[in-house]
Amino acid sequence: MSELVPEPRQKPAVPMKPVGINSNLLGYIGIDTIIEQMRKKTMKTGFDFNVMVVGQSGLGKSTLVNTLFKSQVSRKSSGWNREEKIPKTVEIKAIGHVIEEGGVKMKLTVIDTPGFGDQINNENCWEPIEKYINEQYEKFLKEEVNIARKKRIPDTRVHCCLYFISPTGHSLRPLDLEFMKHLSKVVNIIPVIAKADTMTLEEKTEFKQRVRKELEVNGIEFYPQKEFDEDLEDKTENDKIRQESMPFAVVGSDKEYQVNGKRILGRKTPWGVIEVENLSHCEFALLRDFVIRTHLQDLKEVTHNIHYETYRAKRLNDNGGLPPVTAETEENHESNL
Amino acid sequence: TNISVWVFQNDELRNLSLSGHVGFDSLPDQLVNKSTSQGFCFNILCVGETGIGKSTLMDTLFNTKFESDPATHNEPGVRLKARSYELQESNVRLKLTIVDTVGFGDQINKDDSYKPIVEYIDTQFEAYLQEELKIKRSLFNYHDTRIHACLYFIAPTGHSLKSLDLVTMKKLDSKVNIIPIIAKADTIAKNELHKFKSKIMSELVSNGVQIYQFPTDEETVAEINATMSVHLPFAVVGSTEEVKIGNKMSKARQYPWGVVQVENENHCDFVKLREMLIRVNMEDLREQTHTRHYELYRRCKLEEMGFKDTDPDSKPFSLQETYEAKRNEFLGELQKKEEEMRQMFVMRVKEKEAELKEAEKDLHEKFDHLKRTHQEEKKKVEDKKKELEEELSNFQKKKAAAQLLQSQAQQAGSQQTKKDKDKKKPFLCSS
Repeated sequence: MSELVPEPRQKPAVPMKPVGINSNLLGYIGIDTIIEQMRKKTMKTGFDFNVMVVGQSGLGKSTLVNTLFKSQVSRKSSGWNREEKIPKTVEIKAIGHVIEEGGVKMKLTVIDTPGFGDQINNENCWEPIEKYINEQYEKFLKEEVNIARKKRIPDTRVHCCLYFISPTGHSLRPLDLEFMKHLSKVVNIIPVIAKADTMTLEEKTEFKQRVRKELEVNGIEFYPQKEFDEDLEDKTENDKIRQESMPFAVVGSDKEYQVNGKRILGRKTPWGVIEVENLSHCEFALLRDFVIRTHLQDLKEVTHNIHYETYRAKRLNDNGGLPPVTAETEENHESNL
Repeated sequence: TNISVWVFQNDELRNLSLSGHVGFDSLPDQLVNKSTSQGFCFNILCVGETGIGKSTLMDTLFNTKFESDPATHNEPGVRLKARSYELQESNVRLKLTIVDTVGFGDQINKDDSYKPIVEYIDTQFEAYLQEELKIKRSLFNYHDTRIHACLYFIAPTGHSLKSLDLVTMKKLDSKVNIIPIIAKADTIAKNELHKFKSKIMSELVSNGVQIYQFPTDEETVAEINATMSVHLPFAVVGSTEEVKIGNKMSKARQYPWGVVQVENENHCDFVKLREMLIRVNMEDLREQTHTRHYELYRRCKLEEMGFKDTDPDSKPFSLQETYEAKRNEFLGELQKKEEEMRQMFVMRVKEKEAELKEAEKDLHEKFDHLKRTHQEEKKKVEDKKKELEEELSNFQKKKAAAQLLQSQAQQAGSQQTKKDKDKKKPFLCSS
């Protein structure tokens, strides 16, 4: 109960623990309409989604992104001028697009990292990428910390990083391990086995097992991270994905072929057509459903609630460099009390 | 290490056309599902005189009996009573908090009546701001206690707003979404009601009171919101008692002259209120609270603490610079205080040291004095001893001398006696 304090300045009441009311309500109130209200509002504001693709040249990153979003997102390799020099350092290229489907508007930003892993000496080639990711967190933090803030802070933070593993059939390369070790702490990494059509089914299964084992041994937590499973339902669902499906072995293509009277995306070879969206051929459909149809919102939320918060807490705790808002305000509060 | 990254970003977004179904149209569903599993918070503040029907209206709105005892009229001041409930409808869980103003309008002097209300609202904003400013924060599962809607209960006098109403609403309009309602509307006749409503609205406008505007920017709700706005303030009747009308039981108030049906739109605006408050604009009310009222509070609070976005020349002040300046100022003060304390400490130590030295000197002196005295005494004693010894030896000498004399005397005496004896003897011996 709130306190009845018999003095001129009364303590403001504090809401107590909720009392459960028998949900057998005598008539319809309409509380569940809030779902529709919320849906309408979010559709009106639209969504931001930023995906980064990392991997050595020629692994099919651009093609895969095009296949995922069914459009020419990246002006890709078929137009790639092979005389174009491979960049001397890692570059970051972020291209923003607007796509709409079913009344839902999405601002999709694809961040490419040409030059990653292509030099002879690749030491620390993940650093520019880590720096870019942290810069986006910094940008968001600056906006959040403003006194007069925007109604909707533009979100340029990387929600998902697709890491392309070369389908050697053996195991992960040291570069792969180093990159994922460093970056899994700041961004959601989804490892993807590229050009999976170079492996047979058995080779694929074995490779995946070995990769999973190596990731576990090296303590690399890829998305969906075990520690962020909210409830049992999430855990069972995500466990299945983590232990069986990931890393997704994908094949990308933006060319259509006629198979059994249908036009489908695929790769034509002398020995047959590899159907991209056929689950028995490759796991592209799994990846697409996972990233877009079921876990897109969750990717954003983990980025916002966990990675961003970690960055923010660390930033505000550091004494050196730019001073923290919070320590300042907290100190001021304490001195004002 | 100084890493230079070449970053390219296009300024104009490219419009893409999709050649097939990608599937991100499920995004709103994904978002909504997440929110549904977490549950929603909705907090209503009811402001109105005692006995005006606040609790009954809440019971009617949410179709349940929130047990609360009717308040008395002799409260010494206004206090706010908050109660939280968990309601569920299909798969939606709502954490509803109803805040009541107990004792509002009962006092003789109502000058300060609005203050506890404003304080309560500010306290909830403050709690949220504190959480937002924490280093380690958990905003995503924060139980939001900020007031999303304020139902202001106007007494059905039929004339105009009371001055208490105007003053209170003016104080609250920048802090909360106000929805004015006419309570116990069944005491006003239909024709009077229309006049009453217009009078109230014009008074609100002429006094610059900003009440909540039902949003008209989105096509699906624009129409209904626009039509409903015309009926503000809603004239409501609340009742949890059911009366049989026709062959249905419905909520109503039974009078000798007839039955007032709560859910009959010809009788009162209860249905409109429910539509607007819950079924159409609940989400918008929450959003306005967060993006408008809370942001205003936050801005004022931070500015009050001395933070600015632009300096006097209107050049954008880097927030970091402000904080750096404030931080240095604070550190400087801290250092100064530290210095002061240190100096005081040093001084005290010196004093104490001097005192102790003094004491030490005293002790030394005393010791010396004592030693000297002791020496003197010793010497005296020795002297005395010598004296006594001398005396003793003198005495002994004297004694010895005396004894000698005595013995000499004795000898002399005895010789004489012998002589005498000898003299006598010869007399005897002649024959």
